[in-house]
Amino acid sequence: MQPNDLERIARQIRLRDLQAVYDAGAGHIGGEMSAIDILTALYFQVLRIWPEQPKHPDRDRFILSKGHVALALYVTLAKRGFLPEDEISTFLKPHSRLNGHPNCNKVPGVETNTGPLGHGLPVAVGIAKAAKLTGAGYHTYVLTGDGEMQEGSNWEAISSAAQFGLDNLTLIIDHNRFQQGAALKDTNDLAPFASKLQAFGWDVTEIDGNAMSEIIPALQHRTTRPHCIVAHTNKGHGISFMQDTVDWHHKVPNAEQYKIALAELSEVL
Amino acid sequence: MNAVTTPAKLHDCRDAFVSVLERMAADNSKIVAVCNDSVGSSKLGGFKAKWPERLVNVGIAEQNMVGVGAGLANGGLLPFVCGASCFLTGRSLEQVKADIAYSNANVKLVGISSGMAYGELGPTHHSIEDFAWMRVLPNLPVIAPCDSIETAAAVEWAAQYEGPVFLRLSRVGVPDLLPPGHIFVPGKANLLRDGDAITLIANGTLTHRMMKAAAILAAQGIEARVLNMATVRPIDVEAVIAAASDTGAILTAEEHSTFGGLGSAIAEVVVAEAPVPMKILGVPGIFAPTGSAEFLLDEFGMSPDAIATAAQALIARKTGRA
Repeated sequence: MQPNDLERIARQIRLRDLQAVYDAGAGHIGGEMSAIDILTALYFQVLRIWPEQPKHPDRDRFILSKGHVALALYVTLAKRGFLPEDEISTFLKPHSRLNGHPNCNKVPGVETNTGPLGHGLPVAVGIAKAAKLTGAGYHTYVLTGDGEMQEGSNWEAISSAAQFGLDNLTLIIDHNRFQQGAALKDTNDLAPFASKLQAFGWDVTEIDGNAMSEIIPALQHRTTRPHCIVAHTNKGHGISFMQDTVDWHHKVPNAEQYKIALAELSEVL
Repeated sequence: MNAVTTPAKLHDCRDAFVSVLERMAADNSKIVAVCNDSVGSSKLGGFKAKWPERLVNVGIAEQNMVGVGAGLANGGLLPFVCGASCFLTGRSLEQVKADIAYSNANVKLVGISSGMAYGELGPTHHSIEDFAWMRVLPNLPVIAPCDSIETAAAVEWAAQYEGPVFLRLSRVGVPDLLPPGHIFVPGKANLLRDGDAITLIANGTLTHRMMKAAAILAAQGIEARVLNMATVRPIDVEAVIAAASDTGAILTAEEHSTFGGLGSAIAEVVVAEAPVPMKILGVPGIFAPTGSAEFLLDEFGMSPDAIATAAQALIARKTGRA
């Protein structure tokens, strides 16, 4: 698939995500928009997966550790054939299996239940370690938020991944520079991430996390150490008035804003 | 009679655990042990010597340990995640909830040195909250075996059960109570002694104390029923209702807080299904003073004599003589 095709798919996912947030009256649209290019690259180019066999033992694993952007994952999984596309309209509705955070026992393609932050990376370390013990050839990817890296459990996992020599593990940090209530730098500023990960023995690549031409090679990069991609992204990417503002962590657009956002995302489809 | 008249040989249930684990691991290459630097206290030295690569030691990092356990299960392995129960359950509670119970991961959590086994080290190292913390989590059987025979049987059962399990083990020596060859059935209490005056229910390190208390009562002509109830969740509703209707009074004892543990689980059934006089023995909602586990159990009214006295008071209540 060409970068142009992937960009087109990413815009379609953004559009569906926006519609679902508007319809549900809830969601985490800012962090969804920042991560959708990475999700698209993973599910439509990089991951070795079989939607009809979501538990295939040889599948590559992807864990959405920033589970609050579940909707972006649901839309991506639906577009990739893991669940019916029309099911997205049930998002957050009573008894829908698509709640605000992904459930691995209900939604095909979800590997572990996330929601509380700092959980995905330790689980990913275990999955990658299992491959080392069994000789399985799958690769494990995990996506965290940048604010999420404030959770200490991540650093326990980072340290053990290096100790275990997990060259089959890729951590992607969605570095959109904002957390729920404020900018990362005004809260507990862990940036720059690269030097910290390197100090723990990881290989680090820094990319524009909203540029497909940089995302794909970074995800495919293999090294002898665990690999961290610091993906510099824009919160609310693709919708002009949402970009780079803390307000759009989980705000829902009003009718007028929705119309503008729809138009912006639609004009480039 | 079942009375214990001579001091029985005491067993450290950790030995039964690792013995079965190593026997199963020899035949099943999917079995891995995960620990938090607790190779010695979890008695995993033998496992490590045989299969060094299958001992996943994450260091002193319990949140990571439980998450890694969930990941190993996702990768097709059968992890036994071992650590001091106070840290495994307390430090990692959210991981146990989200990564293990809610994700329904096939991980066996083994809480070592539970209760007040680390008596003199103080309340930071006591694990007298773990029943309460673990038993509110869906999908997670909570099991505290009473002796080395039940420990071995429960470990075998856990290995073949597809889903998460919490096994609560002690390091305090206990005599064997169950017959050799005992097969563990989750959610089913074992009738160790029958009687109609009162039912004494316990698990873990308290079951043998209950048996001694029953012998004291028998010497006074009072026949008590004794149930070993290793499974705190799912609780054996049928056995509790039968105990209430057959004996009319229930006394529980546990190496745990009186808040939220075995006694509470039984009381939930008694109140709703078969109200009878009941008393819960345990640590009465305080941080325990300095002392060994055995000292503290006595201190909190769980010596065989004190249990027998509590039973007599409860029988008096039931018959209206109190």
